[in-house]
Amino acid sequence: MTAKKSANPRPLSKVATGIHGFDEISRGGLPRNRTSLVVGAAGTGKTVFALQTLVNAARRGRQPGIFVAFEEGTRAIFANAATFGWNLPALAKSALFFLDARLSPTVVQSGEFELGGMLAILEAKKRELGAAWIVFDGIDVLLALLQNPSAEIRQIHGLRDWLAHTDLTAIITAKMEGDTATPANYGFMQFMADCVIRFDRRLEQGIALRRLEITKYRGSDFSPGEFPLSFGPQGIEVAAPGSAAALLGASSERVSSGFGGLDSMLGGGVFRGTTTLITGAPGTSKTTLAGKFAESACRRGERTLFVSFDEGGERIRRNLTSVGIHLDAYLKSGLLRMYSGRTDAINPEEHLIRIAALLLEHQPRCMVIDPLSALAKSGALGSARAVGNRLIYQVRDHHVTAFITSLVEGDDPQAETTEMQISTIADTWIHLSYLVRGGERNRALTIVKSRGTRHSNQVRELVLSAAGPALTEVYSSGGEVLMGTLRWEKEAEERARKLQRHAEFTQKRRELRFAEADITARIAALQVDLDRARGELARYSSEDDARQASSKERKNKVLRMRGSDGAAAAVPGKRRGARISAKSRKHNGDQEPRRGS
Amino acid sequence: MARKRTKAGLTGAPVTTVVVMRLYIAGTAPNSVKAIANLQAICGRYLKDSYKLEIIDVCEHPRRALADGVLVTPSLAKVSPAPASNVIGNLSDTGSVLAALGLPAGAIE
Repeated sequence: MTAKKSANPRPLSKVATGIHGFDEISRGGLPRNRTSLVVGAAGTGKTVFALQTLVNAARRGRQPGIFVAFEEGTRAIFANAATFGWNLPALAKSALFFLDARLSPTVVQSGEFELGGMLAILEAKKRELGAAWIVFDGIDVLLALLQNPSAEIRQIHGLRDWLAHTDLTAIITAKMEGDTATPANYGFMQFMADCVIRFDRRLEQGIALRRLEITKYRGSDFSPGEFPLSFGPQGIEVAAPGSAAALLGASSERVSSGFGGLDSMLGGGVFRGTTTLITGAPGTSKTTLAGKFAESACRRGERTLFVSFDEGGERIRRNLTSVGIHLDAYLKSGLLRMYSGRTDAINPEEHLIRIAALLLEHQPRCMVIDPLSALAKSGALGSARAVGNRLIYQVRDHHVTAFITSLVEGDDPQAETTEMQISTIADTWIHLSYLVRGGERNRALTIVKSRGTRHSNQVRELVLSAAGPALTEVYSSGGEVLMGTLRWEKEAEERARKLQRHAEFTQKRRELRFAEADITARIAALQVDLDRARGELARYSSEDDARQASSKERKNKVLRMRGSDGAAAAVPGKRRGARISAKSRKHNGDQEPRRGS
Repeated sequence: MARKRTKAGLTGAPVTTVVVMRLYIAGTAPNSVKAIANLQAICGRYLKDSYKLEIIDVCEHPRRALADGVLVTPSLAKVSPAPASNVIGNLSDTGSVLAALGLPAGAIE
């Protein structure tokens, strides 16, 4: 059997461990039917890694496994694993076999021993279960009993031979403190293993950082370097870098920022899948804006994740309620998930991993991180920046529309560019500040940038009320931006002036109306006078005609009576016509004075 | 108990109770072979006929070994008289084997 395996090597096949991140950096998991060695100091996560792999294999692959525990009893293992949702006791009844391989402290040792007996037991158990996996956890404890390096090497050889002729995929864990106390036999163990994973735990500015590194993988490519790991609800999670493929694709769908005022400033909202950064000093209501966004996402029925640092979800929920943002119902229905992390206890990378796990578990379409800058409080700023960047890329990889707040001391938004350096990768950047004037602080909102969209460059005043946040136009008067009471005063002043102007106008109109009526009346009176004058004029002129006519007739009569030559010369027709007109005027003159003239 | 043992050691009285033991071995593994030889020598010298020894090959009876809580081989278990005790290894250190079996240390020359 042994000869067959070594003489006829099969192409390397891998089995996924089901551990997020690890399968990515190992390009598929652990080598199938071969031995992997997990080394590291106490408390670095070796046992959890091995156990988790076994649990995943049993659950997902329906592959039974055997767990040989040299260090901890079965009961202790079950208790430790209870924090993860594995349900070990149930698995132990069917797919997993736990062998408590601790030697009783009362056992007396006399001379060298061998592992043959245990391997015979395991062989029988393997056949009974049909096991595909085996874990030897804490083999160093057993080997230490041998008290003899050459005896240890003999036993490791025996173990290797046994593993080689079985078709089990094995994980052996061994304690290894630092690089200084590395015993020679572990070097030999590294040689017998096809894959070696080193676990490490160190303190960085008082925060424990756990890391994992694949130091060897026979016949396979893997991601070199150390990768942060943390313990999530399902066990170990490794922070593997995301794939570059996610950079592709951009949505033109607009997502509401939470309220109309901001949406219209942003040209209709933010683009789906983009990241919006809200910066501001403490108390500029960054959380309120983020909360409004979360609420509107929930109202649309979109799964939402609210990540808060250093403030409990319960408090945030209560505080938001006071400004008219109600999240309770969505929390209850499960549409909204809240994650609150403390930055003084957990390092940034661990938060990153937990958030990554939540992204996978909750599958949100929208999310809030409030405030991301809190990460910089714990651990080194450099690592916090790296985490911030990775977090944003991760959120983008999941096509999640995110609102991320960042605390900036002082009013200069440019301070952010030196602190967390998120602003360069954020798609939209909203800055909130205080304007102090006339003895008040008022909140001002500015859109510093918004990629791919037209946005207002005006400063608006952010007004909070029980009905939620609202944006109002600010007054700019004489080059100064007026807000709050000053704005109100200015508005009141303007209103008073308007009222006064209106009153003045009404008054003027009334006066003009009077003047108009007066003139019209006068025109009417004058018309009467005019008519009278005309009548008089007509009468006078007709009387004058009559008088002239009668004086001519009289003259003619006199001439005729005197028999003058002048009378003979007069034309008889003319004389006759004149007589007629004179006659008619005599009769009708008073009744129809105009007709005659 | 300690007092009784001390008394026996002082008087050098022969052990009259029968010691029941089990030796778990793994086939013909070197240490298993050594253990059988070492144990037989000890018994022949200190227990004469007042002992019962069962030798169990774990490779043939893995379930039995598992039930008895045996992991490494060779492994010697004293079943009676009480208290029960266990010794692992090839039993080359006679002193520790005798102590584990509750035999007087003074019996050794």
